[in-house]
Amino acid sequence: MVNFGYGLTPSSAVKIIEGEDKLYRKLCEMEPDVKKCMACGSCAASCTAGDFTEMNLRKLILSLQRGYYQQALPMVKNCMLCGKCNIVCPRGINTRHLIMSIQKIYNL
Amino acid sequence: MIFQGKQKIWSEYQKDIPEDHYFYVRSCIRQSFFPASEKTFLDIVKGELGKDFFETPHHTTCGGIAYHAEAVPQETMMTIIARQFALMTENGYENYVCSCITSFGLYTEVMEDWREFPELEAKIRENLWKATKREFKVPKYLAHASDIIYKFRNEIAERAKFRLVNHKTGAPLKVVEHIGCHYSKMFPSKGVGGAEYPYVLAGMIESWGGEVIDYPERRHCCGFGFRQYLVKANRGYSMSNTYKKFESMEPFEPDMIITNCPGCPYFLDRWQYVIAEQTGKTYGKDGYGIPVFTYEEVAGLVLGYDPWDLGLQTHQVAVEPLLDKMGVPYKPEEKYKGVGGKVIVPPEFPMNIKCC
Repeated sequence: MVNFGYGLTPSSAVKIIEGEDKLYRKLCEMEPDVKKCMACGSCAASCTAGDFTEMNLRKLILSLQRGYYQQALPMVKNCMLCGKCNIVCPRGINTRHLIMSIQKIYNL
Repeated sequence: MIFQGKQKIWSEYQKDIPEDHYFYVRSCIRQSFFPASEKTFLDIVKGELGKDFFETPHHTTCGGIAYHAEAVPQETMMTIIARQFALMTENGYENYVCSCITSFGLYTEVMEDWREFPELEAKIRENLWKATKREFKVPKYLAHASDIIYKFRNEIAERAKFRLVNHKTGAPLKVVEHIGCHYSKMFPSKGVGGAEYPYVLAGMIESWGGEVIDYPERRHCCGFGFRQYLVKANRGYSMSNTYKKFESMEPFEPDMIITNCPGCPYFLDRWQYVIAEQTGKTYGKDGYGIPVFTYEEVAGLVLGYDPWDLGLQTHQVAVEPLLDKMGVPYKPEEKYKGVGGKVIVPPEFPMNIKCC
């Protein structure tokens, strides 16, 4: 092997878990607005529950997209449906309705 | 989302690109990395499409590399750019198109700065006058060269001799598109599709018959990052970024990568060699890498230009597996011949990544 004087650090690349994105596709059908999310984090910044718990809607959506739902879903139980994220979302996503749809699809 | 709502939102991400009459400036680093790309661009827009694109040998670098490496101050870079605008004004053009993504980001940044701080523009005008006795008008429209190819992608598709399709099976080729960070991440409204849904390369791929791969690290930086690469001690950081992208795209088995930035094709291409030599790992099939192209090279291939005239022999990763898939004819014995068929010495070949 050649020594170039610099090396690689291990990759932290995200990999989609195969077959685990079926439920997310179902969520997209039921709640197409979820595709509008640009992960700006306004919802997480304004979240009442986020101050005290792990609740983070931005992270939740991102995790569901990638198929990591088992780690992400416990967050949903912390949501109080106060709707602050609904007010601040720059893409106009009905986040409260989205959270309720997630609860239905993922049987929470 | 209702269809009309979707159309309305998408319209906000569109760019109204003028048809014709552009002042073209080349990139300083692309000329050596991928030397035939800019010539191919001019051949396509002037020769194939009959458009008016003017270039002058008097233009210089935009100063981007020095500016991003913090070797020159902002005002120096702005005065260099003001001189470029002066050349455009002197030659009677109002639409400005640049070949380089770094330049595109920098021109956009400068024009926004001048709009926000008119006193800065006045100072630069004074600097330019003192240094060169030139005056300039700010361009009415600024485009990146990939915007132009995107605009005429369907006209190119109509003239296509080859498509991004496996000519044996008829299946669309799986294509990774990588957009330079300075295209739309800095000023999202200036790029086709914005920072969220950049469509400039995806549009070309779809028009020319390919299938775009949506892999998790699709929007990750190629790793160039100027100082990350320019300082040798940081080079591992640059390469690790590229490595992360390759690890992410590998399961999707891409046939090729298309880019619209000078740095991205260079690093995605050359780092494959370094990764192979350091770790023994290659990302293509049978010990080859994944071929990386500029959008002009792909447009040229689609239009039936000779692969060696497009400069594909200057790539580190062998392009022949892709040419075979597309059914593009080529003469292997002419790969390393110089101008007029002159025999030049073939390059030294790597140990762990196959080259034809």
